[in-house]
Amino acid sequence: MKHALGGAALAIMAATSAYSEAVKPANVAFNDGIVEASLTGQPGDPVAGRAVFADRKLGNCLACHTNTDLSEESFHGEVGPPMDGVADRWGEAELRAIVTNSKKVFEGTIMPAFYIDSGYERPLEDFAGTSILTAQQVEDVVAYLLTLKE
Amino acid sequence: MNLKKWVTFAAAAGFAGGAFAQDSNSLSIEGEAMVTETAAPAHMENVSTIYSGWRFRSTETQALETDDFDNPAFVFVEQGMDLWGKVEGAAEKSCASCHEDVADFAGLRTQLPRVDDGQLVAMEDLINECRTERMAAEPWEWSKGNMTAMTALIGLQSRGMPISVATDGEAAPFWEQGKELYYTRVGQLDMACSNCHEDNYGVMIRADHLSQGQINGFPTYRLKNAKLNSIHGRFKGCMKNIRAEPFKEGGPEFKALELYLASRGQGLSVETPSVRN
Ligand code: HEC
Ligand code: HEC
Ligand code: HEC
Repeated sequence: MKHALGGAALAIMAATSAYSEAVKPANVAFNDGIVEASLTGQPGDPVAGRAVFADRKLGNCLACHTNTDLSEESFHGEVGPPMDGVADRWGEAELRAIVTNSKKVFEGTIMPAFYIDSGYERPLEDFAGTSILTAQQVEDVVAYLLTLKE
Repeated sequence: MNLKKWVTFAAAAGFAGGAFAQDSNSLSIEGEAMVTETAAPAHMENVSTIYSGWRFRSTETQALETDDFDNPAFVFVEQGMDLWGKVEGAAEKSCASCHEDVADFAGLRTQLPRVDDGQLVAMEDLINECRTERMAAEPWEWSKGNMTAMTALIGLQSRGMPISVATDGEAAPFWEQGKELYYTRVGQLDMACSNCHEDNYGVMIRADHLSQGQINGFPTYRLKNAKLNSIHGRFKGCMKNIRAEPFKEGGPEFKALELYLASRGQGLSVETPSVRN
């Protein structure tokens, strides 16, 4: 019993420290259209990133981008460029910048900034002060995008 | 508003509104030809041709609007006819007690919203004014079934007539307010109406074919919710989709936006009640 409790406490500590290491949205360092450092210090998980990409409530990237790798999903939007071969066109630090806040890379773009928690007007109450994705989800999506080579 | 910049950028990048992506079908309703495409009014700087939302729907959805027998909205128009003759309120009157024939409202839909005594009024306001001031009855809620049934019945009397709202004179400040709202980004997704309906019409956004967001067919029967949808109800839905707190239905912001959108559809035929997905 004692042992189990200790384990749980350790797990909570680990979770807390991972959380505190994530860079806050306002502190992400953009340098000429790139974000060099990982937002979490943890490697991204491309499998989780693939799910975030398709999920309508998370990335919903398919709303605007076609992606042959996700051909099992119906309805790919075409507002933005196809994602096929995106890793041939952009490096990791550039992709991290695009997913974090595309407006820093493409001026005036329709693409939402996925890791900002302020600077937008009239958010629905439930979303006020929050970012669309967490820091780890951004890293996961970036890791997934890096697999999209032609 | 750095609209110009965005447009130039988008055009250069090649993602500007797919200006050729609406279909080339022509619409006749009960044998009467509708104008679903015409030159954009001069005030629209970034669009040269305007199209009814009908042109962006699937052929199955399009077909439902061509014949009043097939058009599911007509169940509600009939409900509107019943309400027209129904005595309500302390004055013990129905609409029909004072208005001889609903057909006398032909042309009204094309001119709304308009300024009356310094206020911008929509059709819902005019109906509720009669209910409260002349019938001593309760007002109807802006987007509830009895109201949309009546706006459909009255709007239908103008079907085939060109949208023709006044935007100058007393209407000018309301129109400016509506334009400002149209181009202002809102919500966690930080988008303006223009990002979808001006910059990207003709393009698929997930399963939806983006139109110009015209309001010439309202109230609209949507297959999605199987009922009539008001103009402000649609605005509200689009705002919620981008995680923005909607303005109030019937409030000054949505009425101003309605006027501005109507002015972006000048010359299109009234299609009330239209069918959309
Ligand atoms: C509302 C539409 C929209 C959504 C949603 C969207 N994007 Fe985009 N995206 C665009 C547009 C448009 C561009 C092109 C840049 C520009 O000109 O605005 C773009 C560009 C990109 C690029 C650069 C592609 C290239 O080859 O140049 C990447 C990478 C990208 N998006 C990834 C994503 C990811 C990942 C998501 C989901 C987390 C996402 N996008 C969601 C519209 C969108
Ligand atoms: C007691 C008489 C009376 C009743 C009952 C009545 N109205 Fe009216 N209505 C009027 C008068 C008077 C006007 C203003 C004069 C005009 O423009 O025709 C008016 C104006 C209107 C207008 C604006 C017309 C325009 O061109 O500006 C609409 C729409 C309208 N009524 C709808 C209705 C509806 C729908 C009902 C029933 C729910 C109704 N009215 C009941 C007397 C009445
Ligand atoms: C993220 C993209 C997006 C944004 C931003 C957006 N809409 Fe829409 N809107 C849609 C989609 C998708 C539809 C359904 C397909 C269509 O007609 O475009 C739609 C439909 C409409 C329609 C119905 C058109 C018809 O023919 O029945 C109107 C009106 C409309 N929008 C108005 C607005 C207004 C006003 C705003 C700004 C407050 C807005 N929209 C913002 C995506 C958007």
